[in-house]
Amino acid sequence: MRALLGFVFFVCALPTWAGLTIEINRGVDNPTPVAVVPFAGTLGLPENVSNIISADLRMSGLFRLIPQQDMLSMPTKREEVFYRDWRRLGISFLVIGELSRTATGGYSLHYELFDVPSQKVILAADLSGSADSLRDIAHRASDAIYEKITGIPGIFSTKIIYIEDLGRTAPDQYHLVHSDVDGERAKILMRSNEPILSPSWSPDGKSIAFVSFETSRPAIYTLELATGRKEQITNFKGLNSAPAWSPDGKQLAMVLSKDGNPEIYIMDLATRKLRRFTNKEFAIDTEPNWSSDGKSIIFTSNRGGAPQIYQKWLNSGRIERLTFDGNYNARPRVTRDGKGLIMVHREQGVFHIALQDIASGDLRILTRTHLDESPSIAPNGALLMYATRYNNKGVLAVVSMDAGVKFRLPSKLGDVREPAWSPYTK
Amino acid sequence: MLNTFKSFLIMAFFLGLITGCSTNQPVDQVDTGIETETETYEPEPVEETVEEPVIEEPVVEVDTIFYFEFDSALLTPEARAALLVHAEQLATAPRPIRLEGHADERGSREYNIALGERRANAVRDFLVFQGVNASYIETISYGEERPADASSNEEAWSVNRRVELK
Repeated sequence: MRALLGFVFFVCALPTWAGLTIEINRGVDNPTPVAVVPFAGTLGLPENVSNIISADLRMSGLFRLIPQQDMLSMPTKREEVFYRDWRRLGISFLVIGELSRTATGGYSLHYELFDVPSQKVILAADLSGSADSLRDIAHRASDAIYEKITGIPGIFSTKIIYIEDLGRTAPDQYHLVHSDVDGERAKILMRSNEPILSPSWSPDGKSIAFVSFETSRPAIYTLELATGRKEQITNFKGLNSAPAWSPDGKQLAMVLSKDGNPEIYIMDLATRKLRRFTNKEFAIDTEPNWSSDGKSIIFTSNRGGAPQIYQKWLNSGRIERLTFDGNYNARPRVTRDGKGLIMVHREQGVFHIALQDIASGDLRILTRTHLDESPSIAPNGALLMYATRYNNKGVLAVVSMDAGVKFRLPSKLGDVREPAWSPYTK
Repeated sequence: MLNTFKSFLIMAFFLGLITGCSTNQPVDQVDTGIETETETYEPEPVEETVEEPVIEEPVVEVDTIFYFEFDSALLTPEARAALLVHAEQLATAPRPIRLEGHADERGSREYNIALGERRANAVRDFLVFQGVNASYIETISYGEERPADASSNEEAWSVNRRVELK
């Protein structure tokens, strides 16, 4: 947590940018009814903590939040809770809380989660932070509440980076944006007249890598979020594309065509030594993604004629083709448990995001929108974010791995794309 | 069959233009050189030869954008015909050129960047094969990042799958 608050020093110093908004288009069929009672001690505060928690839980698609005017009582302390008030409304879980100032000018929140049917307090916790940390406090409470109810860690404190394209007439067409996962507190990390693409997170969540054409040619850069320190990593002739950090953070896989053909290379970040990983003449090898154990790389290759997904092991050099369903499978991401593959899959000429069970080969299409691309899996493994088009605009969208929950994150301004979901920062 | 005949005609047309260029230009130069010499000998027939090159040589507009099929980097007959003209011009008057490869928005972005490069390389290889000095050619791929037409339909996609010669 300390890291989370500390890490965005540079990011915090940047001016806020008009971010994304959330439009929920599908939740589960029978969402669990939850009540979040307005917290005590919130008068005059810049952020409404209980409203943020409500919005987080609603965004998950699993819960139905009952409106304030339907509440029969407004408890803020445990002794004020009468279970029958909530049973009568059919509420399953109740959240109450109280905010107070700390001696150092920050805030502290005490909150409690009640299981109404069993009449038990199932979570009681305190959170605190500096004067500008109210949103962080709210998201951390949401994470804990969500995990207590579902057994799955919450993602409300996580971040995303994405590319915003303001169109050819804008002075700086391309923006690299950092925001909370709900689209709030958006900050522009970099702006350019030349394309920016392929943003990806280091496994510790402290740095990002991306490709920028700012020199009129593509090059790979890294950016340390706490300091804003930007570093050019490659500047080879030809492609400098698709950087992907190894799980230990020490190596960066990338695509270079310096030797004539797009191939995957692995760079040791400490020594900057490069080694060529794929070697297939006349084929495109790209979009490397590390397996969670760091022992193999999954990538896209058209060596068989059309783009399909392959896996190659670092030690043995063994290569295996993983996809056989359809004639366009690309941009693989391995699920957190290592058992599944998320990819861009073409079906009857339309591009969707699909999940394939690696062992059985069973493929399931998760999205029914158009021109879906760039899937990025949430650190809890339960959701993924991708880019699609809606109302003639590039928007970000989220879908749960069981396809039961769906929501969109459009930008108020330009086209948005290439979302990268942060890892958990400890 | 008809297609190959059509492309033959197009090629023949462009080749005609090339020969047009290459014969006209030297005449221009020779002409000025001879003029001073001939004037001293026989003033009368000179008038006839002077009249001919008065016609300004038309500027030949050759395509500088070459289009491709989906997920393909194969040159179309139209692109080949236009590139033959460019190759001729670049062989006689070398200048640095930049070949910018592009893809349509379908499929994944990084794959499309690679695809754009293949297209630019296909154009480069064709020019080099026709005698253009490779060191004058720079290739770059923008993938789907810089569409010529930002809409999402077949028509837009077909003009976005391209290489631009600059």
